[in-house]
Amino acid sequence: MANHFELHCPSRAENVGLCRVSAATFAANAGFTVAEIEEIKVAVSEAVSNVVVHAYPNAEGAMVLRCEEMEDGIQISVSDQGVGIEDIAQARQASFSTDPERMGLGFVFMESFSDEFAVESTPGRGTRVEMRKRREAPAEAS
Amino acid sequence: MQITVKLQGRTAMAALAGEFDLTAAASVRQELDGLIDGGHRRLVVDLKKVPFIDSSGLGVLLGRYRRLSELGGEMFIVGARPTVRTVLEMSGVPQVVRVLRSESEVPR
Repeated sequence: MANHFELHCPSRAENVGLCRVSAATFAANAGFTVAEIEEIKVAVSEAVSNVVVHAYPNAEGAMVLRCEEMEDGIQISVSDQGVGIEDIAQARQASFSTDPERMGLGFVFMESFSDEFAVESTPGRGTRVEMRKRREAPAEAS
Repeated sequence: MQITVKLQGRTAMAALAGEFDLTAAASVRQELDGLIDGGHRRLVVDLKKVPFIDSSGLGVLLGRYRRLSELGGEMFIVGARPTVRTVLEMSGVPQVVRVLRSESEVPR
């Protein structure tokens, strides 16, 4: 069985750091470089912050972070059972945000810092973001 | 997040220490807005002791920059570590806010 973990927690701001550090520790154990781990931390932070800010307006709900080791890297998913995203294409555009204090860069960072990125959402049912990150290939011995 | 403030005339220097994410955003926003409301029109934000920033932190910085611009003020970001600088650059922040290596580079 591939190494994996799931972290279930309420959508509270204080859990953003918990999810970020958990994913970073998992990535470190999976052999990612320090630079790659920094990118994973930003991507996870954005995904989890989106759940905290947008998924459950004026309320708290469930969120799940799942990390799974793959042959060449890791797969990370962040899911919720919140309000969902009406227009995913619009939400993924840089500078689109329903909150003027946020930059609308969440999806841009998630996409930029992962090798594969997908978002599935059903309005009223929730959202699931999936990111895959491959390990940098080790330099060939000369 | 710890915030240490030094005041010198109309210049306020805010040194942040800690991860600048959604958890820290509200307290940093409140502190920096307090400095602007107190009449400081030059804001220097020192990120030397910030090991991590995401778009929640960037939003706070950009929001304060916009407020200061509307008031005829200016803002500088100094001391960003390479990992933080990468995130700043990806978001285009250095195209609008002056990002300098250290406090000593801030024009007097």
